[in-house]
Amino acid sequence: MMRRFRAATVALSAIVGVVLMAQAPMAGQATAPASKAAPAKTTSAGKPWTPSRTPDGKPDLQGIWGNATVTPLERPKGLGAKEFYTDEEFAKLSQHIRQGEVGEEAELGAARENDLRYDTSLYGGFDITKARFASNKRTSLIVGPEGVIPPMLPEAKQRNAERVAKNKGHEFDSYENRPLSERCILMAQEMIPMLPAAGEGNLLQIVQGPGYVAFLHEIDHSTRVIPTDGRSHIPQNIRQWQGDSVGHWEGDTLVVDTTNFTARSAFKGSGEKLHLVERFTRNADDQITYQFTAEDPTTWAKPWSAEIPMAKTDGPVYEWACHEGNTMISTILRGARVTEEEAAKKEEK
Amino acid sequence: MENWLKGSMMAGVAVVCALLLTASPSPAQTPAYRAPRTADGKPDLNGIWQALNTADWDLEGHAAAMGPVASLGAVFAKPPGLGVVEGDEIPYLPAMAAKKKENQANWTKLDPEVKCFLPGVPRAAYLPYPFQIVQSRDKILISYEYAGAVRTINMGAPTKAPADSWMGWSNGHWEGETLVIDVTDQNDNTWFDRSGNFHSDALHVVERYTPRSADTLNYEATIEDSKVFSRPWKISMPLYRRVEKNARILEYKCPEFAEELLYGPLRKKPSN
Repeated sequence: MMRRFRAATVALSAIVGVVLMAQAPMAGQATAPASKAAPAKTTSAGKPWTPSRTPDGKPDLQGIWGNATVTPLERPKGLGAKEFYTDEEFAKLSQHIRQGEVGEEAELGAARENDLRYDTSLYGGFDITKARFASNKRTSLIVGPEGVIPPMLPEAKQRNAERVAKNKGHEFDSYENRPLSERCILMAQEMIPMLPAAGEGNLLQIVQGPGYVAFLHEIDHSTRVIPTDGRSHIPQNIRQWQGDSVGHWEGDTLVVDTTNFTARSAFKGSGEKLHLVERFTRNADDQITYQFTAEDPTTWAKPWSAEIPMAKTDGPVYEWACHEGNTMISTILRGARVTEEEAAKKEEK
Repeated sequence: MENWLKGSMMAGVAVVCALLLTASPSPAQTPAYRAPRTADGKPDLNGIWQALNTADWDLEGHAAAMGPVASLGAVFAKPPGLGVVEGDEIPYLPAMAAKKKENQANWTKLDPEVKCFLPGVPRAAYLPYPFQIVQSRDKILISYEYAGAVRTINMGAPTKAPADSWMGWSNGHWEGETLVIDVTDQNDNTWFDRSGNFHSDALHVVERYTPRSADTLNYEATIEDSKVFSRPWKISMPLYRRVEKNARILEYKCPEFAEELLYGPLRKKPSN
């Protein structure tokens, strides 16, 4: 109990940090659609901030970045088409967050005491207050007047319901019935598009070579080496958990296009027709604006977009060897077999 | 007596050979090839590379042999190879040579590659899968196809590992044409090959990547581990560029290929 409390306190101070570090929205940002590059910050002299360049002349996105934020993915009900808080509203919200009095207007993740899954003090020396966050005054990560994921198409609902129904009652039969994250095949925080995870597993290291940008997610050492030489996707019959990503530069923005997903990759219920466009714009020394548009005509009636600020952090990125240390699957299955044996013995008596 | 005489004569020949070798300049001293430069003036190692040998089967020289699964016949038999160890033999401490033999006898049960575990260094370099070097000034990222393994090499002032890991901690620097990477803090769970060659957590590897032509690198790794070997030893081999225009590192997330092996016995038995 004491430990839980301490962890919650630590997490809460991290949130205070978020709010204090929150950036004021830039002029024009409120109207910038997600499909356009986020405007660069202006310096005190009023000149737009320009990114430094790699030796081969591309905008330098390199470094270790974290996407922790308290902004919820979907807009809280009742805010309607309101995309941004006013300064006054934001100040009030910040105060409420400091006091822990927030509803759906802030995604506290692990910091919400009821949702606390991990006791960070167990990591020994892991100090969440040292993590850096970026934020803006958006009411939700999803941009646009609706601010929510478009309603799922009936065929997608059916597809997903069938999948769940098929597994029902068989959850402990085999490793195949366990979630992909438990099997170390695809964990939530390594999936693309990259959605924030409050407090853990949100580090992304970017390294650029001539003609390539490499993204290394700390979670499960998931790596994408993205060619930016204008080549096309790999043949459509080759499907990959993380799809196939190719990129190009549009001005100072890196645009990454991903297709070739498997039917089982399922981002928010999507199918294998998922098409992602991600945009990375470094708009300050310590900030990248990450935007994505998700499109899948077999899942949603229309595409939807989100914008997530990423803040520079020091790292290091640790090695996340999930499969190598996975005792979860064998423990769960062994437990199920023992339970079955015991039940069978009882029946015999 | 006769044997002794033969032995000392052979030793004498060896000394003469060694002298001759010492007299001729080593390739590292007078590089025959100068690699194209990156925009910041370093030898350009960017690209997708792959070893073309049987080192992952056995670092030491070996004859062809039957594979572990009879039903796979010639498809997964062990191909022959001359070996990549300088001096041909890995200098195990006597007790450790026995452990190597035991590993080899229980290969498929114990080899971390069979289980899709991260491969460690140097094995990652000569697994039969390509890897890509993404070379920047301060960091060099190496993305391996096998198991999606990855390393980030720090090219700045050397830093200390925060913890032991499967892929170790890599600090690099340039020595003329050569990228030298000092790899420490690997755990003792990885192997060198499918023949049970192994190490402890005292492993220290120094890798050297030297361009030898537009499409080949020379790869050397000096291996030091006083708990397992009587002296440092070295492997060397060429690495070849994957010159296909559309060459890519594809996804090889192998945990799912090892699940039946690891968890199969814990499946629910079909009820009769």
